[in-house]
Formats: sequence, structure tokens, C-alpha cells
Amino acid sequence: MTVVERREIALVDLLDRLLAGGVVITGDITLRIADVDLVRIDLNALISSVNAQVPAPWEG
Amino acid sequence: MTTGLRYVYAVCRPFSAPLQSQLTGVGGVPPRLLHHRGLVAVVSTVPERHFAEEPLRAHLEDLDWLTETARAHQQVIDALTTVTTPLPLRLATVFRDDSAVRVMMEAREDYFRQTLGRLEGRVEWGVKVYTDAEPGELGEPERAPAKAASGRDYLRQRRDRFRAREDEWQKAEAFATRLHETLSERAEDSRLHAPQNPALSGAAGRNVLNAAYLVPRDHSEEFVELVDRTKDEASGMRVELTGPWAAYSFVGDIGGAEDEENGEGDLP
Repeated sequence: MTVVERREIALVDLLDRLLAGGVVITGDITLRIADVDLVRIDLNALISSVNAQVPAPWEG
Repeated sequence: MTTGLRYVYAVCRPFSAPLQSQLTGVGGVPPRLLHHRGLVAVVSTVPERHFAEEPLRAHLEDLDWLTETARAHQQVIDALTTVTTPLPLRLATVFRDDSAVRVMMEAREDYFRQTLGRLEGRVEWGVKVYTDAEPGELGEPERAPAKAASGRDYLRQRRDRFRAREDEWQKAEAFATRLHETLSERAEDSRLHAPQNPALSGAAGRNVLNAAYLVPRDHSEEFVELVDRTKDEASGMRVELTGPWAAYSFVGDIGGAEDEENGEGDLP
């Protein structure tokens, strides 16, 4: 078992915080990004399909 | 400031240290500080053609755009973390203009003050536990590995494999539970995130713990060492630490998504 040292923040860790955490304020423009679960579901599909084709284009 | 919308990254208490001079945020624009009633909103002006509701919704389904925006957001929060304790807002919180941001700050003033007080000097650490990849779990179809001599053998093999996996699973659960308890004792607060989908994370093995811990910055070193020591405790498991993060997972409940009208910001 290893504790992995800090490195480039994985997108998925970022999204755990930026899409599931942070203060939710329904701005006058914004979005009920609150419905983020919907966004995430789409994302799951999207990222899986991207993963299947090319290795992690968002790294770096 | 007549054109463009306001993207808000965070709300903070006023701070005197300057932000890094080349810091850029969403859209490559440097963030600026909007002071109002003893609080500071950190904002960028963003173009309406990308950040009005419709285009924003479309963009959120564009992985490249999302990645870039999330990283830009995080970059600003990170920079803030070095000079103050920011209260991060959720990705893509956008207002019409400065005055709308001020109205929002006023409406939630009590919440912001309370929460900033509670989070002052704290950071968030992320801890994930994975089982090591089990060949049996990764896409192996439910078929007998070798030719079973008989139906009974086949069933027994199947049952054994099932039990082995169950054992493995229970061991992982027990380890994760124990680790979470230990870390929670050393943290002021904790939160469990949903386990990450391996398709999303690209990580091997099954994610059995995906937790966040709120820790005073001054105690971070001990906390990290504590996590580090778990490496000797169990085999067949992998522990990953991320952070320090701004306290994204501990912003409290402002009334959540349902809070349409005018957030009173009272904590429950």
C-alpha cells in the first residue's frame, strides 16, 4: 500500500469539490448548477467515451 | 464595467497581502477584488456569450471547457489560500454586474461572516482508499476460469470466488471505516464524498473511501503524517492524499439549491 504524493490535481478530484462542494448561490444568471448531478451524469458518459478513445487529453 | 458578467470565485475577509501579479482566472483575465461591507468578493469579468445561462449550460458538457474553467477557478482559489482563508463558491457562479454581486453579499452577510469565522485558518485534506485492482473484478465475465469437471465443481469454484471477493470487500470496508474514524478524530469535521467512478478517475481498483477532512493549517503536518502511517496497516489497499484544499467541502448549508429567493443564510 502506498500513499501517493501530491502531483497534478486530477480532474475528478477537482470536480468533487467544484461541482459538489463550494457555496451554492443561485445567482441572477446562474444556473441551478445545483442540478449538478445531472451535469455529472452527462460527464460520466462523456469522460468514459473520451477515455475509451484517447488517453486523458486534459492532463497537463 | 458595462459589458460582461461577473464570475465569482470566492468570498473572503479583507486581506492585505497582494495576490500573485500574474494570476489569471477564468478566461485568462486577472481576478479583482470587490469590497462590500467588510467582505470581499473575488470576481472576474467574463463574456456574456460564454457565461450567460444557455451557453454556460452547453459549455459544461464540453470536457475541455470544463477542465480549463475548473483549473482556472482552482488556480484563483489556490492563490487566495496563500493569503487568506477563502470561502469558495461553486464552479460557475455568475452575476449580471457588480451591483448584483453586492446584493448577493448583503443578502448572505450573516452566513458569510459565520462561515468565514468557522473556517479561518483551516484547510481541507482529501483521503481516498482503493482496493488494489482485482483481476476478478475487472471485466472478467462470469464464467468458470478453467473447465470445471462437473456442475458441482463449477458451482463450488464460483462460490469460492464469490466468497474471496466478499472477504476482500469486507476487509476493505473495515479498513476504510477504521481509517475514517481515526482521521475524523484528528479533524474538526469530515465529509464523505461519493466514491469515484473508475471510468472518471482512471484509477485502478475500487474506491471504497472518498473523504474530506477539515484540519487547522497548523495541524496539517501531523495529519499528513498520520495518513502516511496508514501505509503499514493494511495490505491490498491504496491510500491517496490530496490537498491542502480550500474548504470546499465544509461551506455549510446555506439553504442549498432550493434557496431561491433570498438566502437568509441561517445555518440549521
